[in-house]
Amino acid sequence: MVAAQKPSVKEIWDMLESVPDPEIPVISIVDLGVVREVEWDADKLKVTITPTYSGCPAMAVIAMDIETALSSHGLNNVSLITKIAPPWTTDWLSNKGLAKLEAYGIAPPQTAGGPERCPHCKSDNVEKISQFGSTPCKAQWRCRQCLEPFDYFKCI
Amino acid sequence: MSALFEFLLRQGDNVLVLGHRSSEWCGKAPVLEEDIALANTALDLIGQTQLWLGYAAEVEGKGRDANDLAFLRDVYDFRNVLMVETPNGDYGRTLLRQFFFDAFQLPWLDALTGSKDQRVSDIAQKSLKEVRYHYERSRDTVIALGDGTELSNSKMQEALDYLWPYSRETMSVDGVDEEMAEEGIAPLPSSMLDQWNVSVQNTLRDANLKIPESAFVHQGGRNGKRHTEHLGHMLATMQVLQRSYPGARW
Repeated sequence: MVAAQKPSVKEIWDMLESVPDPEIPVISIVDLGVVREVEWDADKLKVTITPTYSGCPAMAVIAMDIETALSSHGLNNVSLITKIAPPWTTDWLSNKGLAKLEAYGIAPPQTAGGPERCPHCKSDNVEKISQFGSTPCKAQWRCRQCLEPFDYFKCI
Repeated sequence: MSALFEFLLRQGDNVLVLGHRSSEWCGKAPVLEEDIALANTALDLIGQTQLWLGYAAEVEGKGRDANDLAFLRDVYDFRNVLMVETPNGDYGRTLLRQFFFDAFQLPWLDALTGSKDQRVSDIAQKSLKEVRYHYERSRDTVIALGDGTELSNSKMQEALDYLWPYSRETMSVDGVDEEMAEEGIAPLPSSMLDQWNVSVQNTLRDANLKIPESAFVHQGGRNGKRHTEHLGHMLATMQVLQRSYPGARW
C-alpha cells in the first residue's frame, strides 16, 4: 500500500469545520470552540476537544462525529483527547458562530448576563423565563414585543 | 486509604448523590421550566462527578474507574454529607437543600481553583462556572417561595426546620481536611463559614424565613461513619442495573 500524503493541520481544521454541533446543528464544533488542538504525532492525528459543560451529553456524539468525518477522508489513526483546562468559555465562540446562532433564533451570549435583543424581532424588551433551557448551555427568555419565547446562549 | 483519595471521594460523592436526587424530579416537577432546570442541574452535577471520581480512581490506582466508584460501592463507602442524601420532600425543600449546598460550593470551589494540585484546580475551575448559575437560581427560588404566599412561606419554613441541622456538615473538619490544608490542596472547609453565613442569612432574611436557634449539626456522612437510612434506598435504585447485571454496557 502506498502511503497517502498526510493532510496539513489547516486542512484537518477545514474538515472539522464541516462537523455540526449535534444539538445546535447550525454551527460547527469549530465555531463552538469545542475543538482546541489538532496536531500530528508521526502518523497519528491527535485532536483535543473540551466539553462546554462538564455533563454535556453531546460529547460522546461529538467524538463519534469527528472520527466519522476524519475517517471519510481516509484518516483512521486518530487519537481523541478530552481536556477540561482551561475551561471552555463562550468567548471561544467564533464571530461567524455568533451570527449563525442569532440567525437560527438563539440569542448569542453577552457579558451583561442576558440577551441583547430578541433574535426574531430584534426588540430589546425581553424577560427571563428560566435560568435553564433545552440544553445545559442555554436559558429560556421571552420577547415582550413579539411575544415569542427564545433560547439564550448563556455566557460562561 | 490515602487522604487525597478520601478528599476526592468527598467531592465526588457530594455531587453524585445530589445529582441523583435532583434527577428524581425528572418528568414530575411542578412546571416544565423547573423540570428542565432540575434535570440540567443534575446533569452538571453528574458531569462534575465524572471529573472528581475519575481523578479519585486514578489516585487510588487499583484499576477502578469513575463508574466502578459510583455503582459498585455500598453505603458505608460513600463520603457525601448527609444533607444531599435526604429525600427530596416537596419542591421547596429540594431547592432549599440545593441552596445550602450551592452557598458552600461557590466559595469552596473558588478557593480550590488555587489548589497546589493542578487536577483539583482544573476541576474546580470547570465546576465553578456551572455552580454560579446553580447558586443564582436556588437563591432566587428560595426567596420567591419564602416571600411568596402564606402557604409557600409555611412550606419553606418547614423545609428550613428540617434541613437546618444538616446544612453545615459541609464545613466540618477532620484529619483528612487538616492534611489537605497542610499540603496546600484545599483550605479547611470551616474557613468557608463566614461567607456561607453571609449568603445564607441574607437570603433567608429576604425570604422571610426564621433560622432555627439550635446549633446542632448532623454529621457522619463525609467521614463515612454514619449515613442516614435514606442513602441505601437511593443506591438501591441508582445501582440496580450494575448490581443485577454486573459489567452491563450500552
